[in-house]
Amino acid sequence: MSIITAILILLVLAAIFGVILGFAAIYFKVDEDPVVDQIDNLLPQTQCGQCSYPGCRPYAEAIANGDEINKCPPGGESTIHALAELLGRDFVALDEEHGEEKGKRVALIREAECIGCTKCIQACPVDAILGAAKQMHTVIADECTGCDLCIEPCPVDCIDMVPVQTTANDWRWDSPDSSIDSANNQLIATDRIDPAAETGA
Amino acid sequence: MSEYLLIIVSTVLVNNFVLVQFLGLCPFMGVSNKLDTAWGMSLATTFVLTLSSVCSYLVYTYLLEPLGLEYLKTISFILVIAVMVQFTEMVIKKVSPVLYRVLGIFLPLITTNCAVLGVALLNLNKDNNFVESLFYGFGAAVGFSVVLILFAAMRERINTADVPAPFKGSAIGMITAGLMALAFMGFTGLTQA
Repeated sequence: MSIITAILILLVLAAIFGVILGFAAIYFKVDEDPVVDQIDNLLPQTQCGQCSYPGCRPYAEAIANGDEINKCPPGGESTIHALAELLGRDFVALDEEHGEEKGKRVALIREAECIGCTKCIQACPVDAILGAAKQMHTVIADECTGCDLCIEPCPVDCIDMVPVQTTANDWRWDSPDSSIDSANNQLIATDRIDPAAETGA
Repeated sequence: MSEYLLIIVSTVLVNNFVLVQFLGLCPFMGVSNKLDTAWGMSLATTFVLTLSSVCSYLVYTYLLEPLGLEYLKTISFILVIAVMVQFTEMVIKKVSPVLYRVLGIFLPLITTNCAVLGVALLNLNKDNNFVESLFYGFGAAVGFSVVLILFAAMRERINTADVPAPFKGSAIGMITAGLMALAFMGFTGLTQA
């Protein structure tokens, strides 16, 4: 008899605690920090890991927790400006340690040399490489984020990073030369536009 | 009033849970590498220890004892502690995201801190009433915090000191903890508890 009471009591205790925790989970529900979403939207989503985080979202969370904003080479200066504006921090130059800005590029597999090892497929963070074992692989250019992660695993070095060919549809003026020191130069007042606003980021 | 003061002094110094009763040694060694994290762990443990001490007293006195189910105390205390920790985590996450970020992984780890269960069980051995268990839990938590923070501060300095190679790392930590325990023996006889 006492065993049954014991089991009942434990069940009742567990049920009460379960209800308390259940209500607490609803009552104390925390909405996801919207700042992380905003930061994530500004990042280039290459998922390249050059910032030393496993992807763009983890880096966005790290920034929200106070990490530096200059660790994203694919995003380059425009991303840093946009982040600085969003977070009210000062602009800092790109951290060389994490790589240099190279402009938008996509991977291209020299298909005659590809041996079909699938190693680049496993490395691709966005599944932009198509192929199967012992079959030739190819890159879906629209999906490729230019993150360079497929280059290293390739055993025959048949992957090139090529600049994106500009066409009449996406041609734009070159960005103004950012190497000009804006403190003592000949720029006229209207040239002093915030680079973040200028790139539309 | 003086008896409550006595309980606090006795749990913090004389019968310190870590250095005299050797409970909660795992977080004591594990989380004492950095002073910041030691502070976070201390705060969280203080909160949980005090609350769980009171709650397990209530469960025992008003549920287990009237039904003659005293032998269920360990399992039900563990249940209480786990719920307490979960609840604390939710509340802190809602109320103070900053504190939540500081405490991080240490919050759930408190569940396995044997000092928490130890306090709940020792409350029964000592026949503490409600207020006494409150002070007993709080005193134990303060004692834990004091020792943890002192130890973390010491280890930070030892890290930069010139320690002989065989003693580097945990070894010198153990020796330091032993010396601290010896020092706390000096408090014996301060009060009768």
